[in-house]
Amino acid sequence: MYDVIIIGAGVIGASIARELSKYTLKVLVIEKENDVCEGTTSANSAIIHSGYDPEPNTKKAYYNVLGNKMYDKICQELDVSFRRNGSITIAVDDEEAKILDELVERARLNNVEVKILNQQELQEIEPNITKKAIKGLLAPTAGIINPFELNVALMENAMDNGVELSLNDKVLKISGEFGNYQVNTTKSVYHSKYLINASGVFGDEINDTINKSYFEIKARKGEYFVLDHFDNDFIKHTLFNVPSSKGKGVIVAPTTSYNYIVGPSSEFVDSKDDVSTDYITLNQIKKSATNLVDNIDYSKQIRQFAGLRAVSSTKDFVIDSPKKGFINVTGIQSPGLTAAPAIAIDVAKFIEEKELKVTYNPRRKPIVRMKNLSLEERNALVKQDPRYGNIICRCEKISEGEIVDAINRNCGATTVKGVKKRVRPGFGKCQGGFCEVSVVNILSRELNKNILDIEYGKKGSNVVSNKMGGASND
Amino acid sequence: MTNYDLIIIGGGSGGIAAAVSAYDNGISSILLIEKEAYLGGILLQCIHNGFGLHTYKEELTGPEYANRASSELLKRKINYKLNSMVIDITPDFVVTYTNKEEGYQQVKAKAIICATGCSERSRGAIAIPGDRPQGVMSAGQAQKYLNIEGYMVGKKVFILGSGDIGLIMARRMVLEGAEVLGVAEIMPYSNGLNRNIVQCLNDYNIPLYLSHTVKEIKGQGKLEKIVICKVDDKLQYIDGTEQEISVDTLLLSVGLIPSNPLIENLGVEIHPRTKGPIVDESYQTSIPGIFSCGNSLHVHDLVDFVSLEGKKAGFFAAKYIKNELCTNQKVDIKNGVGVSYVLPTQVDIQNIDELQINFRCVKPFKTCYIIVKNGDKVIKTIKKPYLVPSEMEKVVIKKDLLQNLDYLTVEVVDG
Ligand SMILES: Cc1cc2nc3c(=O)[nH]c(=O)nc-3n(C[C@H](O)[C@H](O)[C@H](O)COP(=O)(O)OP(=O)(O)OC[C@H]3O[C@@H](n4cnc5c(N)ncnc54)[C@H](O)[C@@H]3O)c2cc1C
Ligand SMILES: Cc1cc2nc3c(=O)[nH]c(=O)nc-3n(C[C@H](O)[C@H](O)[C@H](O)COP(=O)(O)OP(=O)(O)OC[C@H]3O[C@@H](n4cnc5c(N)ncnc54)[C@H](O)[C@@H]3O)c2cc1C
Repeated sequence: MYDVIIIGAGVIGASIARELSKYTLKVLVIEKENDVCEGTTSANSAIIHSGYDPEPNTKKAYYNVLGNKMYDKICQELDVSFRRNGSITIAVDDEEAKILDELVERARLNNVEVKILNQQELQEIEPNITKKAIKGLLAPTAGIINPFELNVALMENAMDNGVELSLNDKVLKISGEFGNYQVNTTKSVYHSKYLINASGVFGDEINDTINKSYFEIKARKGEYFVLDHFDNDFIKHTLFNVPSSKGKGVIVAPTTSYNYIVGPSSEFVDSKDDVSTDYITLNQIKKSATNLVDNIDYSKQIRQFAGLRAVSSTKDFVIDSPKKGFINVTGIQSPGLTAAPAIAIDVAKFIEEKELKVTYNPRRKPIVRMKNLSLEERNALVKQDPRYGNIICRCEKISEGEIVDAINRNCGATTVKGVKKRVRPGFGKCQGGFCEVSVVNILSRELNKNILDIEYGKKGSNVVSNKMGGASND
Repeated sequence: MTNYDLIIIGGGSGGIAAAVSAYDNGISSILLIEKEAYLGGILLQCIHNGFGLHTYKEELTGPEYANRASSELLKRKINYKLNSMVIDITPDFVVTYTNKEEGYQQVKAKAIICATGCSERSRGAIAIPGDRPQGVMSAGQAQKYLNIEGYMVGKKVFILGSGDIGLIMARRMVLEGAEVLGVAEIMPYSNGLNRNIVQCLNDYNIPLYLSHTVKEIKGQGKLEKIVICKVDDKLQYIDGTEQEISVDTLLLSVGLIPSNPLIENLGVEIHPRTKGPIVDESYQTSIPGIFSCGNSLHVHDLVDFVSLEGKKAGFFAAKYIKNELCTNQKVDIKNGVGVSYVLPTQVDIQNIDELQINFRCVKPFKTCYIIVKNGDKVIKTIKKPYLVPSEMEKVVIKKDLLQNLDYLTVEVVDG
């Protein structure tokens, strides 16, 4: 019998798991995929929003502003890449300039610091933005984060503090009452006193198996381009279009690893598994982006991707307990990444009897990032473990030691994509062309698995199909 | 910090030839640094034959060619390091490399030859829309799984792009028992060598779809289907020509790009067309003392030409180190009509006895003329029965034709 079961290991489930790991509770997280961070948390704009934008007096506004303030500490404790680079919303005509003034008022109501920039100030701060820009709204507290690192680190730290995680385990049905909920999954049947539904876009379906339906979640897709690194100062702030009668617009933003992303589009889709891209949408994104930056060099593109916003019919986050001991934390669309830690604190309040754990450690073992170390520091590491001297990923300069570490931690990588999400080989220009073979070999060695059983990403996505010459001879 | 006259980065056929030639021209303080556990570079995974017809006048496999080339290096006792990756070059030529045994080390050079090869364009680089399942990979990557590791990547295969690696892999996958359902090429003509079309596709009844591309990729975890369609002369999809094909593997042979992260960081000027550095007749880049050759300079069809280029780069780097290279009379070489790029883009004729200009034409030509001009004046005309963009072409101009140079232009016109 668990005290709490959490369904879903996205940023919401993982944030709640970490929050609950502070207490003497027996907690289990159940995730249908073979890794954490496989849903919406793996495909978004990665912005820690300042909070001027959500409509005042909504849960979105409240948790956004609170969450934003928590990230310096979280990222320091968990060693997650995070930069407060500030955001600028850019107006290119009078209609948009007027909307910026309204946003200043909204920012005041939400208690968020913003500043209007004139044309000249804009060009000084960001020389590469479009010459069409006439006015901007700077929000200095906005930041960018590495969402993969964040999601993994939250879960790893929760597990370091005793939380259990079951992967490849899909919840089919939930039933029971407070004190004895029953969770039927593809792997097993679990029991718990409390049950938390953090299943993202599938939140309504999970709710409806135990509770009368009171909200619906639709998936709204956002597609993106990723550009290779070329100039760390090309664009420094996160740039937004002004939401206007022409639509919500797109962003051009640096990432924590100094790539650039351009997107997202915004379109409802029927399937909650549909994260495909299509060329018509991608072309529209290019067009919208010209109101931010005139000459984006798409010959630098290395990847396109898409994520699904969990849009609730309630028009706000769904964070409530419709039945004692059962808590829905779903419909968490943007700014959910930002809001997650603040949401987790409030969700923990639903768990009545709990005591702080004296052994709780908020820090996880720091990640080695060879790239950022001095020569002396690097050589000290190579002395301890020569694998830190062996570079596997040419594009991102990642050593074998870093990959091995990413596999051998709590919530470690078990797939090629898992390695890529944690330490980046495969995220660079060659997209794994050079290094995938080596990563597969390292996974096979560290996990003591046959190469034939190493998966790229999702279950069944094995990288190689058979050994040459017919029958396997190992 | 150890000092060398010359540091060569990359131990493929380009780097090896450069090292040997610099040595033979009087430079013995050389260090060649190679990331892999062996010399020879990409050749080691090219186990088919067809290498060395020009250099050795016989047909060798890739590994055989690599062996012959590296034995020349070994004979001369030239210093080299394997399993060692160069991660940085500073403006004053301090080179940082790393390996498991020594850790991170710094060495300094008077001159550097960068022969780091090329990388394959990925799915993301050409933005093929659709789902993102496993099973879509570059042809060279599949070649590495197969020929180096001994594993097949799939059983029902389609290939996008008719570059040579794609064609070679089509045959290779069939020989290993896979079903290869076709090759699609977006252009109305193939980008591979003619002999490869015949020997790798026609001999195995593999259809080649010209003016076709992959419009969509489908599959959740694993690749399930692709949609191919016809394109018009502006390379846009033609609606209604879609065709769905069930496959578990899509190999991409959609272009190679010179790979020069180290010297790009230093600010070396990059050619907009070749994507490699801009060089002069001495294979010197825009940064004096940094030379380039092989696939990191521009993508070659045949290894024989890489070796020849390496040889020249090594020769000129040696001259540079001996302070014998002139750079005060440079003139430009431009691509005129019908030519997509020329290499080199500058020449100082004090350094050479004859000038070889490499180039590619923009489209296939039947009977045509290659015309070289000095300013407006034609200085050389060569008649050709045909020219295709997939085969690098060259003109060699004797020094006596290169007097009073203004600037040079190479053109190709129909005959
Ligand atoms: C295009 C786009 C841009 C965005 N940009 C930003 C931004 O810049 N800043 C920001 O703050 N927010 C942004 N967001 C929002 C943010 O990404 C989300 O709010 C957040 O990731 C939601 O996390 P989650 O844990 O609720 O969902 P998910 O990450 O989707 O996690 C849910 C998990 O539940 C699992 N699951 C589902 N059903 C089951 C089942 N039956 N059994 C077991 N497991 C199950 C899923 O596999 C998944 O892992 C953006 C979202 C999108 C789509
Ligand atoms: C997949 C493929 C198939 C081919 N098939 C044929 C064919 O059938 N017939 C034919 O005649 N030609 C073929 N070619 C062309 C020809 O073989 C190659 O052009 C030639 O071998 C390239 O030599 P290179 O030295 O320029 O590059 P490479 O052989 O690629 O050598 C570059 C070397 O640099 C090393 N390196 C890169 N970065 C670093 C670093 N930072 N530090 C240390 N080392 C580094 C790499 O590990 C590599 O060994 C093929 C080319 C490719 C890419």
